[in-house]
Amino acid sequence: MNQPEDKSRRSFIGAAAVGVAGLGTIALAPGLHLVEVSQANPTSAPSQGASSKVRWGMLIDTTKCATGCDVCVKACATENGINETLKDARQGSQWIRKIDLKDPKADHMHSLPMMCQHCAEPPCVDVCPTGASFKRADGIVLVDRHTCIGCRYCMMACPYKARSFVHQPLTEQNPEVPRGLGCVESCTFCVHRVDKGMKPACVESCPEGALTFGDLNDKNSEIAQRIARESSTQVRADLKLNLGVRYQGI
Amino acid sequence: MALMKRALVGFAAVLLLAPGVSIAGAAKPVITIENPGECIAPAEEMRRNHMEMLKHQRDRTMRQGIRGEKASLNECINCHASKTTGSVTGKGGFCESCHTYAAVNLECWDCHQPKAGKKHAEAAGVKP
Repeated sequence: MNQPEDKSRRSFIGAAAVGVAGLGTIALAPGLHLVEVSQANPTSAPSQGASSKVRWGMLIDTTKCATGCDVCVKACATENGINETLKDARQGSQWIRKIDLKDPKADHMHSLPMMCQHCAEPPCVDVCPTGASFKRADGIVLVDRHTCIGCRYCMMACPYKARSFVHQPLTEQNPEVPRGLGCVESCTFCVHRVDKGMKPACVESCPEGALTFGDLNDKNSEIAQRIARESSTQVRADLKLNLGVRYQGI
Repeated sequence: MALMKRALVGFAAVLLLAPGVSIAGAAKPVITIENPGECIAPAEEMRRNHMEMLKHQRDRTMRQGIRGEKASLNECINCHASKTTGSVTGKGGFCESCHTYAAVNLECWDCHQPKAGKKHAEAAGVKP
């Protein structure tokens, strides 16, 4: 019944809004504007960001991985600025580490790198009380240090012992890899490189070519094709965490 | 009622006194523009809003992986780092001098590298 009236009121409000918008930036005070208008010209458009169509993953062929070789560990440390002199050697950050496995009956030894497995269902994210531990749309599990309070609950929850805590102040970080005292950290799949279309440092550095990195969702990628063709294992597959990192030969 | 009046008068006295005390106590910040040129926004807007710009940008980069946005902490450093110390922190540093004056605790540099032009270390066999 009141429809005509309502309409006219709505059109008045609409017209008023157009009038305000038409005025453009209204300075309420120096630097405080009613309508924010950027005056800068960004040199290039920002990247699109992580897409849920992608699932980054890694395939590690342990039959190629040489015992005693730690090139991937060193490359990771250099790339991510893990270079601090430790007050206590037990407190060093391990984003990636080498593990030697021995079959006690057969005496067969082999070696493999172990790092964050980038679970699709990450326990570290489940337990984080602040939401600092999170999974990006493209499957990379990260710690947002801006919200991490250093409680280390995620370190307890991780079945792979993949996370470390920074115990001392740092000064020599790489500009692209911020890290510091009081936060938990772990392998990021070199997210700053991946976002630029590059591969993680460990993958590029491996002299044996034992590591393959790529998009598990892309059927044409090397990693997806190999996983479809060859047998591979998830460590502690019984936990049903749907890992991004898979191993061969274990 | 009388008690309330007295409280109000006391409160007003504190309000009147407080600014005088703080102005007398703090040294004015020293702002040196090392690389004169155009910032991403006018100075008055940067002074008031840089923290909001950086905060929203940091969440988009960290959580969504959007890189190369207008506001960037590394770009702040590249322009504003002191030519003598190479850093935005330290005494007289572009960031630190204002934040000390405003009693804002700077935590950015606990994790972020405050020095400009620090080369990303290159590992053997890893393309930069």
